[in-house]
Amino acid sequence: MEHEDILHRCFRCGYCKLPGNYVDINCPAYLSFRFETYSPGGRMWLLRAWLDEKIPASKRFAEIMFSCATCGNCVEHCAFPEFRDRLLLAFTAGKEALLDAGQAPPAVRDYLTKVQLHGNPYGKSVKKSSQWMDGLEAEPFSDQEYLFFADDVGTYDPRGQEVARSVATLLKQAGISFGVITEALNSDGNDVKAIGETPLFEELAAKNIKILNQFNVKKIITLSPHSFNALKNDYPALGAQYQVFHYTQVLAFAMGNINFSSDNEDVTVAYHDPCYLGRHNTDYESARMMLRSVPGITLVEMDRNRKNALCCGGGGGNFFTDILSGGDGSSARVRVREAVEAGAQILAAACPMCAVMLEDAVKAENLDSKIQVQEVSEIVNQRL
Amino acid sequence: MNSIKFDPDVCVNCETIDCLMKCQYVSFKDVAEARDEKLKINDGKDSRVLEECLTCYACQEYCPVDNNPFFLLVERQEEKGFLPAPRPIIEEQLRMMAPKGRIAKETVSGPVVDMCAFPMLTGCVRGKLFEGASTIVGTDIFCNIMWLHFAKNSTIRERVPEMIDNIMSFYLADADTNELVCFHDECYGTYTSVADAYGINVPFKPIHQFDYYNQRLDVLKDKITPINAKIVYQRPCSNRLCPQTDPVLDEIFEKIGAERVPRKYDRANALCCGGVPRAHQRDELADELVDKNINDMLSVGATYCVFNCPFCMATLGQEVAEQGLMPILVSDLVQIALGD
Amino acid sequence: MTTDLITRLEKIVGPRFVSGAAEERYLYSMDQGTMPPSEPDVVVMPANTEEVQQVVRLANELKVPIVPMGAGLVLSGLTRALRGGIILDMKRMNHIIEVNPQSRYAVIEGGAAQGMLKSYLKKHHPQLKHSMPDAPPIATLAGNICIHGSGHLSVLGGSHSDMLTGMEVVLPSGEIVRTGSCSVAGEWFGRSPLPDLSGLFLGWSGTTGIVTKLGIKLFPSYKHNDVLVFVAEDADQMPDMISKLTSTQVAEDMTPWMTPKPDWAKGFLHINIAYGAHTKKELTFKRNLLQASVKKYIDDKVAGFLPLPAPQKGRFLQIPSPDLVRFADLRKGGGFEYVGAIMAIEHFPQAYRAGLEIAEKYNVSYSLGARIIGAGHSMMFFFAYAFNRADAEDVKRASDALEATNTAALAMGGIPWKAEQPAQQQIIDQMDPETFALMGRIRSVLDPNGIMNPGNWEK
Repeated sequence: MEHEDILHRCFRCGYCKLPGNYVDINCPAYLSFRFETYSPGGRMWLLRAWLDEKIPASKRFAEIMFSCATCGNCVEHCAFPEFRDRLLLAFTAGKEALLDAGQAPPAVRDYLTKVQLHGNPYGKSVKKSSQWMDGLEAEPFSDQEYLFFADDVGTYDPRGQEVARSVATLLKQAGISFGVITEALNSDGNDVKAIGETPLFEELAAKNIKILNQFNVKKIITLSPHSFNALKNDYPALGAQYQVFHYTQVLAFAMGNINFSSDNEDVTVAYHDPCYLGRHNTDYESARMMLRSVPGITLVEMDRNRKNALCCGGGGGNFFTDILSGGDGSSARVRVREAVEAGAQILAAACPMCAVMLEDAVKAENLDSKIQVQEVSEIVNQRL
Repeated sequence: MNSIKFDPDVCVNCETIDCLMKCQYVSFKDVAEARDEKLKINDGKDSRVLEECLTCYACQEYCPVDNNPFFLLVERQEEKGFLPAPRPIIEEQLRMMAPKGRIAKETVSGPVVDMCAFPMLTGCVRGKLFEGASTIVGTDIFCNIMWLHFAKNSTIRERVPEMIDNIMSFYLADADTNELVCFHDECYGTYTSVADAYGINVPFKPIHQFDYYNQRLDVLKDKITPINAKIVYQRPCSNRLCPQTDPVLDEIFEKIGAERVPRKYDRANALCCGGVPRAHQRDELADELVDKNINDMLSVGATYCVFNCPFCMATLGQEVAEQGLMPILVSDLVQIALGD
Repeated sequence: MTTDLITRLEKIVGPRFVSGAAEERYLYSMDQGTMPPSEPDVVVMPANTEEVQQVVRLANELKVPIVPMGAGLVLSGLTRALRGGIILDMKRMNHIIEVNPQSRYAVIEGGAAQGMLKSYLKKHHPQLKHSMPDAPPIATLAGNICIHGSGHLSVLGGSHSDMLTGMEVVLPSGEIVRTGSCSVAGEWFGRSPLPDLSGLFLGWSGTTGIVTKLGIKLFPSYKHNDVLVFVAEDADQMPDMISKLTSTQVAEDMTPWMTPKPDWAKGFLHINIAYGAHTKKELTFKRNLLQASVKKYIDDKVAGFLPLPAPQKGRFLQIPSPDLVRFADLRKGGGFEYVGAIMAIEHFPQAYRAGLEIAEKYNVSYSLGARIIGAGHSMMFFFAYAFNRADAEDVKRASDALEATNTAALAMGGIPWKAEQPAQQQIIDQMDPETFALMGRIRSVLDPNGIMNPGNWEK
């Protein structure tokens, strides 16, 4: 297994379980299940034990491995600088080894099968890939500056479609030159890669790159931080050469082009850092810049913010496989409670997955009367 | 071993004994007493100056005939076994700063910037000011001048030739230049003043950072946006070894629109930052020096406190910032003016 | 039996928080140290005192051992299930119940982590702090107090068990008892003037009960903080230096350290002295007191304070410091364990030399040091050895070195702290027989079925 040379070097000191300010547990899987086995250090030792045949490959072991949300909190806070950058890579390699051994949990198998068959985890026909644009009047991509890439959540998930429409609307408002491709783009593959199915990721990426190249795309705006991460960091190794931006990065510098209504009510907003924009790509400011430019918004911070942010629990394929779900200790539910505690009336998300996860958590916590989850562009659009 | 270049007759006939009379830290009731002490030092006898000296290098600058009074004083301190700091403190620092042999041959091209033993500052070498520059850094090329503060001329004699040899054989021998830009003016002082006084051969041409910046600013004059700010300058002890570079700094400040506000403890009257006295276990004196410096800076109303020496900045930077002045290195200030 | 146990435990805490799976049995069978693994049958995570009580009653009914566990970071194997049974992982009980800023105490649950209390105080009571050990921030307060830990305020306040103000404990027989002022009054301000029953649960390695709540002393948190690093060259002078430095009564923490790495430090003896103040003037005054106390040594040029500019002090002021756990990667093998021997200050030179000799004899990577407890009343002298857990021979070498160190520490009048099971035997062999007999009588009264962490403190 790749990276197995670091497994025994983990001391299980537990810095990885916490944020840098130690407020509370910050590893989604450990927070949810609470057994040491579900902590990053637990995974390290169990992987070693499995490779040494001290424990068998079991349903539970697979659940432990695939419950990792790849949020990167462990990488950020691990005390061992010599190998901490390889923690998630080791977990991914472990998942890959389990997949090779036929030990994937059923939900993971189903997810990968759908992506394999349909190019997206929703099992939707590519013919429906332009549905999200209904009523938007988005231009087909030709010679605009940017391509807007909505990915699978923005394309097929009903709530994701709303978010995609909202972002596209705001891009137009801000005068950004962009177009969309209605051809059969696949899932970006970010979470497929995180789940350990590298060959499938490469297949998805290759197909996408082929289409993007056919359109002579140079600059891409992604809806999802997951797409942003894959296109920016993983696609170049497969021959892609694009300038990739998350939508907040483009809009943050275009907010001056937007006219706001003069009668907006004052509102307190807390911003939830998506892991693949924040910890994985160290952009903690673009979305905040957008929000700060909106009249009437007071931005408050939750105790866990920026590199200490608590993941919504949707990363690493969990948005689709739901291995982390359940219990009041699920990180999305803990996160919305934290937002309420911070005094926020709106919890702002910059990722369609986070938006869905956090909205579900608000319902599960019965906090609808106290807090509302909105995606950043929606917050802006409502104040135009 | 080469002895320090020094002529005892010069001191015997000196009327002013500026080296001691101008000293800010050791007091003498008159020139006669100062002369007595100076002659004792010259003759290798006990002198209270050997113990009271702050090791600020200033007497090197005060001596009107460049008779190396400070280098000689350090020589005498070591000969007599005087320790300016406790033995473990000196010994640990000798080990910390010793050459580690962690150096590899590297292709460099001019300008080659010697970052001394400050790897954390290599990020300063950037932008238009240092366009195309290579940096070299580490304890294997450390200038070792710091041992003047610890009565260790023997270490200077032992290590400086090795450092020079490293610089040549690992970097400059195959480079397209024979010039070495010294980011830290202690290095410049080593390869000019110390090397000359101690009889150490330097096969490359040291360039002082100020001379380099000044020349670059001429080239980049169209890119300069004047800073239009008042600054105070913390002149370090090392600059006493190359006082001719201080007017160059004035030219730099003028070119970038920075006004060097006159203050009491600047130029020849510069006051130690307080770093070395702490190593000498004289913290209360160090506190006094810090207070005097900062009160002096605050009294003239400046925006920036500009440092030449990274160690001075490490010593005073936090205090300066707490008092509302922005601590900054000369190179960074220049880069602000250049928009980098 | 195990199936029945698991089913009944699931009824108490819910199925999500009970596991008899191979993965949990494996991981909970060991800690990071050198002690061999010993598997539990089941791991359970209660959410409150009542659930703990029910688990204990069930264990009594089924005569199943229970091992209480905090973060499992003790390193000396005290939370291994030596005779199988239940490991009671306390970390779901991690709430901070109360902070009394006036009387400066906090009441917390038995699984609350050090880091979380630190963070909570910083946010809600920035004028207060508690004594953090050098353990990672996920370590629990209860675990550390129950083993007589020490930390960053130990010169000021003694051992962490000295900072305990009261406890709620589920006894081995299932009753819930309180010790200290909370057993009489509403507040948790202290252990006096009552018979001090807290001692029944301190230092017993989880063999006398399960701590579900505890009160701890808080201390002023200063705006200005500083650290001095005193360097000496002669171990024989260390006891007097420590005595003089502690005599000033201004340090919060004093930690001597002697390591072969970095190279510059080898052979020298360092003492980190942390102190704080409300004003800069006060801070300078305290620094001057500390420096004056050892002036004789400075004037003799045999010791002095390292000149550290402010930016370099940051790592020394970081609490807890991740540098300490990084020792585990010294041999690129994720392991270290140490003997921390509580002993009188005057044994410092002897302990230092013994550490060097043992490290050389067993060819182990070492780090030696100490934490001064109280105003020089005693110290926890540690002999830490790193090992590569993937190399059985290396683990054995470290284990042998630890055993030799325990022997040496006892021989010089020290007492191994949080002793491994074999070291407990060594202590018992040297202990006054009547004292050990009393321990046995107390245990048999408290724990008639012998279910609490059996295998520890037994002959």
